[in-house]
Amino acid sequence: MAKLTAREVLLNPVFQNNPIGLQILGICSALAVTSNLKTAMVMALGLTLVTAFSNLSISAIRNQIPSSIRMIVQMVIIASLVIVVDQMLKAFAFSVSKQLSVFVGLIITNCIVMGRAEAFAMANPPKLSFYDGIGNGLGYSAMLLTLGVIRELFGAGKLLGFSILPTVNEGGWYVPNGLLLLPPSAFFLIGLIIWGLRSWKVEQKEAPTFRITAHARAESY
Amino acid sequence: MSEQKETIGRTLFVALAVCLVCSVFVAGAAVSLKSLQQQNALLDKQRSILRIAGMIDEKASGAEVRRVFDQGITPRLVDLDTGRFSDAENPRTFDPLKAAQDPTLSKTLPQAEDIASIHRLEHYSVAYLVEKDGKIQTLILPVRGYGLWSTLYGFIALKDDLTTVSGFGFYQHAETPGLGGEVDNPRWLSQWPGKSVYDDNGRVSLAMVKGGGAKGNVHQVDAIAGATLTSRGVEHLVHFWLGPDGFGPFLQNLKKGDA
Repeated sequence: MAKLTAREVLLNPVFQNNPIGLQILGICSALAVTSNLKTAMVMALGLTLVTAFSNLSISAIRNQIPSSIRMIVQMVIIASLVIVVDQMLKAFAFSVSKQLSVFVGLIITNCIVMGRAEAFAMANPPKLSFYDGIGNGLGYSAMLLTLGVIRELFGAGKLLGFSILPTVNEGGWYVPNGLLLLPPSAFFLIGLIIWGLRSWKVEQKEAPTFRITAHARAESY
Repeated sequence: MSEQKETIGRTLFVALAVCLVCSVFVAGAAVSLKSLQQQNALLDKQRSILRIAGMIDEKASGAEVRRVFDQGITPRLVDLDTGRFSDAENPRTFDPLKAAQDPTLSKTLPQAEDIASIHRLEHYSVAYLVEKDGKIQTLILPVRGYGLWSTLYGFIALKDDLTTVSGFGFYQHAETPGLGGEVDNPRWLSQWPGKSVYDDNGRVSLAMVKGGGAKGNVHQVDAIAGATLTSRGVEHLVHFWLGPDGFGPFLQNLKKGDA
């Protein structure tokens, strides 16, 4: 493998190798917490911290971890970090932690964290792994914030709770798009973003796994 | 080196070491942050009570919430079975929601009575009193009930006649944002103050109606458009908690000055 620089590791995951856009990981939480920008921001921060520190600590002991139990060791480390983040939120950002409810805990099962631990931290030195964690966290954050802005602005006419487009319910003119506040809308938006991303960076397109033939005629049976 | 890594002893050692370090880390965080978290939870509850009673505005600081609550509000334990005040538990620490999960502190509701779909009802609940010269100015009661997807938890504040609503709102629910979630809309909530819960015969008569009913009708509240089931849930929970199985007997006793 060519030697990776810190810069590449840090910035590639934002557009080139976005964990949601290209790797299609972490979709579940991206649907659940992006109906408003504030929860999306806190979730993005939480995941970035967890990924960075789990990469750091797993990479630091990567030569000590026996391969037969390496997944479990990674899991224990990730779970501990997530519990600590959850406890911190409850202590210092109570109202946000109430809104995020179970989703902070579910960072444990977020494929991005585990994926980076297994694919990167197990094979690279701690410092680079730490950057990789931050980078992937940034990629995830970029996607989450985009979704959060679109969904809160057009779904509720607000950003961070401040009214931008005064809605009809509050005496304004904007009729909010209720669909955007429901989880499926994030699916549509992610789909559109991936479409845009792959039209812009054509190399991200995947080769089709099979092709449908033009005609399947009776003789072929 | 890889051979050395894979022995059973080595594997066990690494597993134990990782677990030990992680458990110390997690336990340390949990213990050191516990008091802060408990304060937050208490403050959050006090804030919702004061907000729903209209005693503070949305952006009040934590210190302000604590001050207003400590000065203005007296929590009292209410025995829902007898409808009288009770001293069986400390109202400042007693949690009715926890009690509702405990078979010794609650009872199962028969389906016919359980219009709010709460399944279990605690024996004791907590009422929050705003008193002036020994007389109740405002009475704040906890309510809860099932909407469309979720149980709505809130408070209803009654004026000194114990019939007129002075504030109403929820602090926790998971109804559909934009539809049932409009129970949090300040404009919708603002029609509650001034409504009358009981009719002349003392029956709960508050109803959610499409279009808000006749103007000036104090027994009708405009239902939420697009959220029929949430609206119905809200109506049911008001009927339940202010009715004969909830705080109804207590309110009657209180009106007679005999609670």
